[in-house]
Amino acid sequence: MREPGYRFAKRLAVPIRGFAHRFVYPLLILGAFALMILGKADLVLIERMRATMADALAPILSFMSEPAARVADAIETGRELIRLREENTQLRRENERLRQWQIVANRLEQENGQLRDLARLVAEPPATMVSARVVADAGGIFVHSVLIGAGSKAGIGKGNAVMTSEGLAGRVATIGDRSARVLLLTDLNSRIPVMVESTRERAMLAGDNSHQPRLLYLPTTAHPSPGERIVTSGDGGSFPPGLPVGVIADTDGGTMRVLPFVDFNRLEFVRVVDFKIEAPVVQTEVPRGRERR
Amino acid sequence: MTPTLAERMDDWGRRLAPIATVLVLLFVGLIPFGVPGMPLIAPAGTQIAVFYWAVYRPDLMPPLAAFGLGFIQDALAGTPLGVASLAFLILHGIAVNQRKAFLGKPYLLVWLGLAIAALVAACASWALSSIILGGLIPPERPLFQALATIAMFPVFSWVLVRVHRGVVH
Repeated sequence: MREPGYRFAKRLAVPIRGFAHRFVYPLLILGAFALMILGKADLVLIERMRATMADALAPILSFMSEPAARVADAIETGRELIRLREENTQLRRENERLRQWQIVANRLEQENGQLRDLARLVAEPPATMVSARVVADAGGIFVHSVLIGAGSKAGIGKGNAVMTSEGLAGRVATIGDRSARVLLLTDLNSRIPVMVESTRERAMLAGDNSHQPRLLYLPTTAHPSPGERIVTSGDGGSFPPGLPVGVIADTDGGTMRVLPFVDFNRLEFVRVVDFKIEAPVVQTEVPRGRERR
Repeated sequence: MTPTLAERMDDWGRRLAPIATVLVLLFVGLIPFGVPGMPLIAPAGTQIAVFYWAVYRPDLMPPLAAFGLGFIQDALAGTPLGVASLAFLILHGIAVNQRKAFLGKPYLLVWLGLAIAALVAACASWALSSIILGGLIPPERPLFQALATIAMFPVFSWVLVRVHRGVVH
């Protein structure tokens, strides 16, 4: 025989349960909307919550992504074995060409150094670099971003440039202790100041969730042809000028689009570069001879 | 007779299996495989698992679990918080609401149920993400993902049936 208190509690629990049962969906749906609104309001609390969750689960994802990377490597190896011969000849030819470029680059580097000395150019602060593994890829249905397995403890900061050996991939958007979220330059909310490398015409690279971000605010007089290189302009002060971004894609019906150098399907490791740019550099024309007063 | 600790742990493990399957599928869906097109199809598994457990074992997949799993999904995928929670709740709600119609009925009817739920969830996610992110998201990809979810249902449900019979009972 149970004590009467238990029976009372049980009798009370039934209506409470029924009540909870009936209202659990509306309450949870309300909760989901509340999360959306709070997230939209850019509350620090929400960002913190997200970063904490990512921090906690990044090690698991990192652990799981290693065998996945190995599987991907194995597939890639198989594919490469088939094309080994033709690739070899192609690489040999490329090597020859690149060696000539190396000579040119060496000469230019020396010349550049001498000219910098001559012009007494203020040296840019040395950039620091962290390599990190991509541990989670959202899939690019609603957002184009990836989670990397290194955060503020590794020296990564918000706004840092994220690069691969091919070029600029995006920037660090949110940061946790052991993980960071990278907003790729194809994302709907990505805006990166760029320029046409050959003509120095400025524009804004705006992602729209497609594979080829749009080029906005290009001067009306500018008509870059397909294949022309697009690099960062350094405007806005977040990135240094000259980071490779992509090439002009075929222009379809007026909107200029850029084909990024980075293959976003194969992001495995990225370099997070802190260029130590503190504040936007204000460029003022100083008349000659008056610089040193 | 009171169950021993080992028995109780075993029981808990079995009870947590449905939520664990969704979590595993969620992680697998986020891992970068480096295969083009893969990230588009990968998230289908979590939606199917939430739907499946809501139909066959709603006691082990309460709505709160669907909400929480959606939260984890959003936090890791970088999508606006709350969107995946709502999508999972839609799938869960439709599954639980119609489960009497699904149980003991041919497999095709359950498949049709999932198809409707997945399309409704995709529409809601697309519309809300567009509003929150402040720009019209091209609708092709969410639509394609919903179709992939529908097409992958036999594969994932086969696995889930195995887990259901072998682990959960």
